[in-house]
Amino acid sequence: MKITSVLALAIIAFLALAALAPSVLAPGDPLAIAPLDSFQPPSLAHIFGTDESGRDIYTRVIHGTGASLLIGIAATAIGLGLAIVFGLLAGFGPRWVDFGTTRLLEVLFAFPGLLFALLFIVIYGPGVVTSTIAVGLSTAPGYARIIRSRVIQVRTSPYLEAAVVLGRGSTTRIVRHVLPNVAGSLFVLATLGVGQSIVWASSLSYLGLGAVPPAAEWGAMLSAGRTYIASFWWMTFFPGLFIVLSAAATTLLGRAIQQKGRES
Amino acid sequence: MSLLTVSDLSVRFAATTVVSGVSLSLEPGECLGIVGESGSGKSVTARALVGLAGRRARVSGSIDFDGTEIQDASPRRLRSLRGREIGYVSQGALVALDPLRPVGREISDPLRLHTSMPPAERRARVLELLAEVGVPEPSLRAGQRPDELSGGLRQRAVIASAIALRPRLLIADEPTTALDSTVQSGILDLLERLRDEGTALILISHDLAVVSRLATRVLVMNAGTVVESGPTAQVLGAPRHPYTRRLIAAVPTDRPRGTRLTPPAELPAPPFGISAASFGNSGAAVADVAETTVSPSVATASPEFPNLSAGPRAVVVSASHLSRRFGARLAVDDVSFTLERGRTLGVVGESGSGKTTVARLVLALDRPDTGEVRVLGEPWTTATERERRALRPRIGAIYQDALSSFDPRFTVGRILADALSHGRSTRAGDEVSALLRRVGLDPAVARRRPLHLSGGQQQRVAIARAIAAKPDVIVCDEPVSSLDVSVQAQVLDLLDDLQRDLGLSYLFITHDLGVVRHVSDDVLVMQHGRIVESGTTEQVFADPRDDYTRALFASAPRIDGWRAPTGPS
Repeated sequence: MKITSVLALAIIAFLALAALAPSVLAPGDPLAIAPLDSFQPPSLAHIFGTDESGRDIYTRVIHGTGASLLIGIAATAIGLGLAIVFGLLAGFGPRWVDFGTTRLLEVLFAFPGLLFALLFIVIYGPGVVTSTIAVGLSTAPGYARIIRSRVIQVRTSPYLEAAVVLGRGSTTRIVRHVLPNVAGSLFVLATLGVGQSIVWASSLSYLGLGAVPPAAEWGAMLSAGRTYIASFWWMTFFPGLFIVLSAAATTLLGRAIQQKGRES
Repeated sequence: MSLLTVSDLSVRFAATTVVSGVSLSLEPGECLGIVGESGSGKSVTARALVGLAGRRARVSGSIDFDGTEIQDASPRRLRSLRGREIGYVSQGALVALDPLRPVGREISDPLRLHTSMPPAERRARVLELLAEVGVPEPSLRAGQRPDELSGGLRQRAVIASAIALRPRLLIADEPTTALDSTVQSGILDLLERLRDEGTALILISHDLAVVSRLATRVLVMNAGTVVESGPTAQVLGAPRHPYTRRLIAAVPTDRPRGTRLTPPAELPAPPFGISAASFGNSGAAVADVAETTVSPSVATASPEFPNLSAGPRAVVVSASHLSRRFGARLAVDDVSFTLERGRTLGVVGESGSGKTTVARLVLALDRPDTGEVRVLGEPWTTATERERRALRPRIGAIYQDALSSFDPRFTVGRILADALSHGRSTRAGDEVSALLRRVGLDPAVARRRPLHLSGGQQQRVAIARAIAAKPDVIVCDEPVSSLDVSVQAQVLDLLDDLQRDLGLSYLFITHDLGVVRHVSDDVLVMQHGRIVESGTTEQVFADPRDDYTRALFASAPRIDGWRAPTGPS
């Protein structure tokens, strides 16, 4: 195992702990204000410093992990879920279904992803749930295209033909050969997708369309810190660092799995 | 003084010695054939001769080309030698052309780089060269890109660019592999003419027949060393080294049906096998030896095919008036035949003759536009897939590319367990071990994935899967075309044993006339989707009636002339 994969796993383990049991890493209250301690630079008492209301940024970043990761994972799940439905429909369905689905995906693909998410939020109103769905929806067409081509690739492969010759029914062929072989690439896609979704969800929060302050969410914290970016760098630096770390760690892990799959 | 003198040439990659102690010399107008199987070091030798062994290769020994030591030559000197004095036709000649450039440009490159010929003259020379290598309509072809040319024309273009400056030495690495035999014949004619005009030629091939047609002397390589060399007639006619003998014996030609191509397994493994292992060669040689030693014990069977005259036999597959059209092209045109129990029907033809489409129709992977196939008397192509399913286990298939016919996630054990249990079990048990032993593989192979097996072993696993369901017929689509000749011989012998023991019928599709003659009882010759000739193998080969069949047979190079025991055919 390479050092980068080990590092990525360590970061993911840390983030998972922060998401599941934030109080273990940061026992304080992320919303507790202490106006006297406002704008403290990083120190032993507040290792990431404090914000304009004297809230401890370290505590807020740790407590925000759950929300950010959940949005990322949920959005990926929504995106992949939709993509699986469309991808399998297009890959397995009769030619006209494939044609229709593919054209629909192409139309969706024509919108820049974030624009599509914004459009959705404009219609259904801002909030954590809508922004999650929005991110999921806008990533779905990309995944669907990959799944469709993978399904078609496996479905027309010589080993599927060999299964026909052995007398296997279509259900057996799909369950035993197509789905497992497609699932392998799906797993990689999902891991790579989580990082991307975290960035997107944070972007929406930053724009004020996802989680809203004072909730402890990385994108929202970035947004709050933006006003003070020139004087108090730590307000934006640490939430930003965690966004980068989580996205980088999941991407590295995804790549490592992909590489392993190619070698075996 | 010879044109080329190589002494004690060795090539190493890191700790692996790929070529060891090769010496040879070549005169103008002479053709040296280098034969050997994959991994024997013949291509690496050729590349080392032109200084292209690669950055990681460590080349030692001396290569003297007309007074110039290639080993000490500067890159600049080498470049000028390569274009001007030494032509090199690489193994991947079909992909050696830049897909975005017209072939005429490719051919004029050496003229532009090595001469001061003005552009107009160069253009004229390119057309001359194309005409010379037998490309029809040179002025049209020169402006076309490689994807607009057929394999044979592309190969000719590559040769044209290699001979543009009339090099004194031409090295051709597998120049006709992957080409149909009539096309191959044209290329060999061209090389022969160049040789007769005084070009020294090094011809590298795994195909003994190709080499025997052109070479005046032959060098046999195995596991990086020269095991035998000498005049062609002597090496191929009276081989001294056991490896050469085995190689020649493995070539299927006109010997009677049922003759074994490999020595019986009881014989001790020849010593060169052990040296192959100690060379740590690419694995092919080692794997092949392992295969030989675990060959099934069938030496007791008589060499003659039994009960040829057992009266009328049951028809297992019958095809009547099959036609299949793809767009404007009629891929299969009114094809009818019957296949009887225990017999082999060979289908032979060049690429595009429709033989693979016939295989797909017989396997009901495709529907005929007209006509039908019946299997064991039951409707087959006219039935629905659901109706066919009960009959599916009775008809198996093996393919040219065995590896891609296996689910990449499955181990060998799982593949076979699945086939044995009709898809109900995935656990490998005793039956799988028995099946592996039946096809001459170690049962321990069950735990491995096909990707990690050699080509011959993969094909054996495919055969094991095909016989697992106890079929009556196996459709074999070019099953040995991508295998080395000795591995091919083992697989053909295995198929023969299985036919004898299990009463199998084969529909055997191949482009290789030697193979079809060796395995078939009856033969169909196909051209442009039609059957142009059919009959018993003996009758068709002895007295071909159709013009195309005659042309096809005439174009196939043979080594029969050199084969002392059976004499010329």
